[in-house]
Amino acid sequence: MPGARERTRSLDVMALGDYPGVVTPAREYHLDAGGVQIAVHEWGSETADPLFCVHGGFDFARTYDVFAPKLAAAGWRVIAWDQRGHGDSAHAALYSWDGDLRDAMAVMDAITQRPAPVIGHSKGGSLMIQLADAEPFRFSHLVNLDGIPYKRAIPDASEHERTRMAASEITGWLDHRRRTATSERKPGTLDELAHRRGRMNPRLSFEWLCHLVTVGAFERDDGWRWKIDPSMRFGGFGPWRPEWTITRLPGLPMPFLGILGREQEEMGWGTLPHHVFPYLPSGGRCEVLDDVGHFVHIEQPDLVAGMVLDFLGGAS
Amino acid sequence: MSGNASHPVTMLTHNKVQLALHELRGGEGRALLLLHGLGEQSPDTVPAWAGSWPGPVHALDFTGHGRSTVPAGGGYNAEILLADADAALAHLGEVTVVGRGLGAYVALQLAGARAAQVRGAVLCDGPGLAGGAIGPTSQFFVTLPPRPTPPDPYALFEMSRDLRPPDYATLFVRLALEGSGLDEPIAVTNVVKPPWLAAVADAVGVLSTTLPEAIAAYAGLPS
Repeated sequence: MPGARERTRSLDVMALGDYPGVVTPAREYHLDAGGVQIAVHEWGSETADPLFCVHGGFDFARTYDVFAPKLAAAGWRVIAWDQRGHGDSAHAALYSWDGDLRDAMAVMDAITQRPAPVIGHSKGGSLMIQLADAEPFRFSHLVNLDGIPYKRAIPDASEHERTRMAASEITGWLDHRRRTATSERKPGTLDELAHRRGRMNPRLSFEWLCHLVTVGAFERDDGWRWKIDPSMRFGGFGPWRPEWTITRLPGLPMPFLGILGREQEEMGWGTLPHHVFPYLPSGGRCEVLDDVGHFVHIEQPDLVAGMVLDFLGGAS
Repeated sequence: MSGNASHPVTMLTHNKVQLALHELRGGEGRALLLLHGLGEQSPDTVPAWAGSWPGPVHALDFTGHGRSTVPAGGGYNAEILLADADAALAHLGEVTVVGRGLGAYVALQLAGARAAQVRGAVLCDGPGLAGGAIGPTSQFFVTLPPRPTPPDPYALFEMSRDLRPPDYATLFVRLALEGSGLDEPIAVTNVVKPPWLAAVADAVGVLSTTLPEAIAAYAGLPS
């Protein structure tokens, strides 16, 4: 389809160079984390104080392409990495939160042995709450961007109905696992991938989503595919419960800032301010942004970067 | 299919992992599938207690164990091992499953997850039976050096502390009971019962018995 190809090209040119505020990382390299190659992306001077940014599930480090440069411009060395299976990191055989946390420790250990500020969005925020509880010595400050899980509303259903729903969820996941050895992400034009992503990120602009495709997908003869490991899947099941993460909050010793978007979205946790406030650690605070969704740092990069920089008090 | 001096081994593909499924004894009819404990591997021969089983006997090496792939960087959980067992189920068709220790927990999950294809799950004592806590705990994380031979140290570390809330375990009993058509799809033979297993043993549809009696009971089920 020559027409589609031409449209892809035109969008490609637009998205690669023109999204306002995008700054390509100053340094990109891979680290070995126990045999898994982790892609690291840095903005700012290599000699500046380090600040870590941790992305959410089904995202990747380059989703910080606008937000991170604003922190770097204020004097920070901003380090983000692609979690295993995401972005430019290796597709691992196994995925788990413990694995993600070990990979995070490998990156942090490679950068600094001193406490540093850490910003985590969505799943990345939840991971960092767990790491801050387990290894507080790594953290000078913790910023959580709409990443505090809370118990989801349970539908009013009988135990039989809930069991049936669980059966469907589990068999669906197992059926998926039976296909993963040969599965690939669905190819499409650049704008098709952007539109697909837009179904999960309805509040983000099409131009931004096109930019994400250019850094989060790769192109072959039959089109673009997201880089994320096709064996990864939304949902899943297991013994973990969302409400367990928030119970780690009150004991955190480092300065804590939470920033929640009030607008609820599919990729968010559905956590509301009144869920968080009772669990805030001593001296911690939680800001709520009206008319902002789950991706607070993408919808309002200047506002959120300003709040973070005020909270951190400046690099040394 | 590959093999050694004692029995044929089929390598199954589960995502990026090759799983060794050992055919300890061939034959017709429903297979008995053996799932080993944490840090173990499949036996070389049919265990004495399984000698009376009328059909074929197979045993699976979980990821990171025996002749199966040892992946880089860990990331184990019981659900991934359940998917290992499900790969064996896809190959064998209908089975009765016997699990030791960690394998008992996975056998329970398989009986619930694929209730129509599992004709009885027998839970036995063995390494990794208890697992970890039943809720959130203080944690630490370590990077482990690789071992030259299986089992994978990450499997040992992560599967000795995976969360096993009792109400999560009993979910699989309900699934097995509702989906199998059997009155007692789970048999508990364990002497020791950690919290998840105590809850399972108390649930409706769970038979408390001995291993030989459980084998005999499930061997007599029509396919």
